[in-house]
Amino acid sequence: MAEKKIMLGNEAIARGAYEAGVKVSAAYPGTPSTEISENIVKYPEIYAEWSPNEKVATEVAIGASISGVRACVSMKHVGVNVASDPLYTISYSGVNGGLVLVAADDPGLYSSQNEQDTRCVARAAIVPVLEPSDSMEAKEFMKFAFELSEKYDTPVILRTTTRLSHSQGVVELYDRVVPEDKTYERNPAKFVMMPGNAKGRHVYVEERMNRLMEDGCSFAINRAEYRDTSIGFITSGIPYQYVREACPNASVLKLGMVNPLPKKLIEEFASKVDKLYIFEELEPVIEEQVRSWGIEAVGKEIFTRQGEYSANLLRRVLLKENPQKEAAEQVPARPPILCPGCPHRSVFSVLNKLKIHAAGDIGCYTLGAVAPLSVIDTTVCMGASISTLHGMEKAKGKDYIKNWVAVIGDSTFMHTGVNSLMNMVYNQGTGTVMILDNSTTGMTGHQDNAATGKTLMGEVVPAINIYHLCKAMGIKNVIEVNAFDLKELERVIKEETQREEVSVIITKSPCVLLKGNVFPDVCRPVPEKCKKCGACLRPGCPALTKNADGTISIDVTMCNGCGLCKNLCMFDAIECVPKN
Amino acid sequence: METKNIMIVGVGGQGTLLTSRILGGITVEAGYDVKLSEVHGMAQRGGSVVTYVRYGKEVAEPIVEEGCADVLIAFEKLEALRYAHFLKEGGALVVNDWRIDPITVVTGVAAYPDDIIGKLSAKYKVYSINAMEEAKRLGNAKAFNVIVLGLAAKHMDFDKDMWLKVIENTVPPKTIEINKKAFLAGYES
Repeated sequence: MAEKKIMLGNEAIARGAYEAGVKVSAAYPGTPSTEISENIVKYPEIYAEWSPNEKVATEVAIGASISGVRACVSMKHVGVNVASDPLYTISYSGVNGGLVLVAADDPGLYSSQNEQDTRCVARAAIVPVLEPSDSMEAKEFMKFAFELSEKYDTPVILRTTTRLSHSQGVVELYDRVVPEDKTYERNPAKFVMMPGNAKGRHVYVEERMNRLMEDGCSFAINRAEYRDTSIGFITSGIPYQYVREACPNASVLKLGMVNPLPKKLIEEFASKVDKLYIFEELEPVIEEQVRSWGIEAVGKEIFTRQGEYSANLLRRVLLKENPQKEAAEQVPARPPILCPGCPHRSVFSVLNKLKIHAAGDIGCYTLGAVAPLSVIDTTVCMGASISTLHGMEKAKGKDYIKNWVAVIGDSTFMHTGVNSLMNMVYNQGTGTVMILDNSTTGMTGHQDNAATGKTLMGEVVPAINIYHLCKAMGIKNVIEVNAFDLKELERVIKEETQREEVSVIITKSPCVLLKGNVFPDVCRPVPEKCKKCGACLRPGCPALTKNADGTISIDVTMCNGCGLCKNLCMFDAIECVPKN
Repeated sequence: METKNIMIVGVGGQGTLLTSRILGGITVEAGYDVKLSEVHGMAQRGGSVVTYVRYGKEVAEPIVEEGCADVLIAFEKLEALRYAHFLKEGGALVVNDWRIDPITVVTGVAAYPDDIIGKLSAKYKVYSINAMEEAKRLGNAKAFNVIVLGLAAKHMDFDKDMWLKVIENTVPPKTIEINKKAFLAGYES
C-alpha cells in the first residue's frame, strides 16, 4: 500500500512535480504559492531556483522545456500578470518537455492587492487549466498536467486558490517516474515566434483547444456524479467540497479541467438535471460559456463574485437554512501589523514625524499605510513605488515631491523596482527612493533573493550589491543608513528629499524574524521615570500596552528588544536589559 | 462518526500553526481522514488568525463554518469573542484568559471590551485558563499555547499517551520536555 502523509496543498503540488519527473523549477515567492518551491527544493533530484520575478522564472522553465525536460514555474495570481508576456507566446510555441505553470489565486484577498481570476488570463492566453479540489488531487492533477502538456503540445496552468494551497489533507505517495528527455531539434517554425511563424502556430492553437474540448469529455478528472437529479451543480476546485458538504444528495458535474470546457459532457449533464446551478468562486467563467451554448443555469445572480465561498453560503442562499445560532459580536478589528522589532517601523516613525508621504510597494512595509504610522499613500503592484513617484513629479514638478519618497523592499527592488529606478535616472527625475533592505523577502516568510547571497537550494553565492547597482546607474547620491539610527535617518531624509537629483537611501537592518538575527536585549519599562507622554506608543509596537494610569507595559513574549521605544523615550523610562 | 470540527483562533505569532500541526498529527495517528486549513502571509503579521481542523470518516471541506464548531480554542480573549458564533449548540469554548490589544485599541480608535469571559459564559460552555501565568511558572512563557491545547484535549477523542507521543514527534527536539509538561498542566487542570 502506498505511504500516506498529511500534506499542505502546496506541498502536494511539489510532490506532484517530483513524481512527474520534473527536473527544473523556477518561481518568485508570493502568498499563497510560496510553499510550492519551498517543498520542491527538498527533492534533490530537481533543480529549483528563486528568480527575480515571475517573467524571468517562466522563461527559465520555458528554456528547460525547450531543451527537452519537464519543468514547472509557480507564482501567485498577480505574478501571472508579470509572466503573461512569455505565457501568451509560449502558448503558440507549445513545448518540448512538459511545461506547467502553477497559479495560486486568492479569493478573499488574504494577502493580495486584488482578487483576479487566473482562468480569465488563461482564456485570453488560450492555455488549458486544471483545478484540483484537495491535496491528493493537487498532486495527481500536477502529473496529469504534464501528460496533457506533452500530448497536446501546450503549456498547462494548474490553478489553485489560497484555501487549497493552505489546507492540509491526506495524500498517498507514489514513486518518481522520470520520462526520457525529449530530443532537441532546431525548429524555428515552432520556437521562433516572428509573424510568419506565429500565424501558423495560431492556427495550431485553435485546433489544439478544439481537440481538448472534445477529448476533455472523457477525462477522468471531469466527472459527473449522479445522485438526486432535481438539483445539479457544475463546480470545480474547493467549491466542490462546499457543495458536497451542504448538498450531499445533489448531482454534481465536477470539472477538473476548467479551460477549455468539455462542452458535450456539460450538455449531457444539463439535460439530466431539472435545475442547474453553477458554483464557481470569482468570475462567471464557466457560467458565461455554458449560457452562451443556450443552456439555462443559475449562477452569479445568487452567488457573489467576491470573496471565498462556503457551505453556509449554499445553506443560506439555496436551502434557506442558517446553522449559525448566535450573532457575531461587534468587536474591535485586529488588522495585521508590523512585528515587534521590525526595522520598517523605525523608518516609518521618522517619515511620520517629518510628515513625508510615501509611494509604497508590495511587501510587509505596505502595512505602513495603516494608523498609527500612516506613511504609505499608494500601493499598486511590484515595483510601482518608484515609477508612480516619478509620474507625480512629471505631472506636478520637482517641488511637489519634496515631501514624498518611494518606499520599496530589497526583494521587490530586485523584482521590478530596478527597472523603475533606471527610468527615473534616464528621464531625469529627482525623486528620493528608500530601499528598505531587510536582507530577505519578508512577507512571504523569508525567501532569499539575488541581493541576499544565498539561493533557494542553499548555495552561498555573491550577493548583488544594491549600493553598487544604484551607483552603476550613475546615481550620485546613494546613502546607506542603519534602520534603527533615528537621528541619522532624519538627517538623511531631510537632506535627500530637498535635493534636485535622484537619491537612494538604503536603510539596512535584517528582518527581526530572520534566523540568527536576535537583539541581545529586551525592553523594560521604568514606571517611576515615566512622564506618560506616549512617545513610545506612537509607532504602534504591539508589545507595548498603555496601562490605566498612563504608564506602559511591555509584553516579554512579544518584545524583540529592538530598542525603538527606548530611543523614543526622552526620560529614560524604558531600559534595555539582557535577555534572561 | 460525524465529522468533528475544531477551531484555533489567536493573534498572529501566538503559535496557532504549531498547535494545529499537533492536532493534525493526532487525528492521522488515530486513523481518521483529516483536513486542516491555515492562514499564511499577511494575515500572520499580528493580525487575527484562524486555523480549522476537521476529522472523521471522510472530510469534504477544509474549513469550519459559523454554527458548526465542536471545540473553539482561543489563545486570546478578544479573539474568543470574535469567533464564538462559530460554535455549534453545546460546543466547548476553551479560552486563554489573556489580553493582547489590537492596534485599533492601542491607537484609541476602539475600546477593548470589558468582562469578555463573563459575557461568553452567559451564552456558551466556557473553560478558561490563564495559561500565560501557568507557562511562566513552568519556566517558558512561550509554551502557553500547548497548555491551552491540553485543556481543550479534554473535549476531544484521543487518550493522553497518544497526545504526548504526537507532541514528541511534532515539536522541536529541544522543546519536547517543556511542551509535554505544558500539555499536562492544561490536561490535568
